[in-house]
Amino acid sequence: MDIVVSEITKRFGSNLVLDRFSATFPKSELTFLMGPSGCGKTTLLNILMGFISPDEGTISGVPELKSAVFQEDRLCESFNAVSNVRLACDRKVDKNTIISHLERIGLKGSLSKPVSELSGGMKRRVAIVRAMLAESDILFLDEPFKGLDDETKKTTIQYVKDNMGKRTVIMVTHDMDEVKALGGRLITMSGKPASL
Amino acid sequence: MIFITPGRQKIEKAISIFLALAIWQVGAMLLDNSLLLVTPAAVAKRLVSLLAEPDFLSSVGFSLVRIISGFLLALVAGSVLSVIAGRFRPAETLLWPYMTAIKTVPVASFIILCLIWLSSKNLSTFISFLMVLPIIYTNMLQGIKSTDRQLLEMAQLFRAGWLKKMKYIYIPHIKPYLLSACSVSIGLSWKSGIAAEVIGIPDGSIGEKLYEAKVYLSSGDLFAWTIVIVVLCIAFDKLFLLLLKKLFVRLEKS
Repeated sequence: MDIVVSEITKRFGSNLVLDRFSATFPKSELTFLMGPSGCGKTTLLNILMGFISPDEGTISGVPELKSAVFQEDRLCESFNAVSNVRLACDRKVDKNTIISHLERIGLKGSLSKPVSELSGGMKRRVAIVRAMLAESDILFLDEPFKGLDDETKKTTIQYVKDNMGKRTVIMVTHDMDEVKALGGRLITMSGKPASL
Repeated sequence: MIFITPGRQKIEKAISIFLALAIWQVGAMLLDNSLLLVTPAAVAKRLVSLLAEPDFLSSVGFSLVRIISGFLLALVAGSVLSVIAGRFRPAETLLWPYMTAIKTVPVASFIILCLIWLSSKNLSTFISFLMVLPIIYTNMLQGIKSTDRQLLEMAQLFRAGWLKKMKYIYIPHIKPYLLSACSVSIGLSWKSGIAAEVIGIPDGSIGEKLYEAKVYLSSGDLFAWTIVIVVLCIAFDKLFLLLLKKLFVRLEKS
């Protein structure tokens, strides 16, 4: 089932962030959201994830099982990478699977350290593995590759590509190279207030 | 910036203790009245003889068990109540008058009131419990309320159960609040517990020994027992906080 966003409006106080925004996100496809900072991309994701409600408009078709790479890493700092991923996974995902995924994107040797001791780029990759391994029908990716150097970004994009499966993916990005590398539909959100 | 090594800090502390003892010794010698101020040397002598007395260990055991029980009960009750209050706002409002009353009513009023309700034997447990409860509750509640909203959203999105939320989000966040509350309240539990024993005078307690020291105007006994209380309090404080920290480390590594 496609996700249909219809005429949604969102204000924060007097600040109009989304103004009658409408879009369709096809099932099992990757859709990119691009647009200038402050145009409401993250607000839209937060609405779709269920953290905030729109003031007006309707949304339908959002799957129950969700996963995300947030704009911030949102990791439990005192726990190691494996534990952080385990938090989001059910029992079907065993420790060896988690380790092999983390190692695949270059985190070998940093698995036992608390994530507070990892670099920004490493933390980002832990957040990506967490989102990929969590059981879900939809993936929200909010600038998932920010802070990664070119080489690591390439490996990580490939990792994401290999692990998206048949999930619906909505990804916020500012980088056309990421769009080209992953491929998918592109929705460009205009400047404030955002509407398509 | 001047960097002071832990070794140097220890030496400085040792010197300050030695100086304080020297000032005490000189003051007592100048006063020359053991009723008013006994010398540290005399206190040390009395302390040694106290350790050899047959009822020393039983008195220590009596007070130790009761005061620590009061502290531990308050730790459990304060933690449970703070979790309930953090989860349900009406519970916080309902608990507010009790916690405010316990925090503001003088401990002596509680002791006298409780003497009417309870036997003097268990008074120190109840008073320690009462004094520690609001500290644990307030600190823990503050910790729960200030838990990172973004992490809670993340846990909600990934459908993490309450056990995972406790382990990964709440407990690590509450840790500094709990350690600080325990550090403050262990000392308070001993102070209030011993005060309760001095007023209630249960047989075979440290409080009874202090009361006898007052009755017989024995400064040596008073100081010697006070040192015993301070040592017990510090030892329990260090041991308990060490175990608590180890527990947190184990949890984070599990």
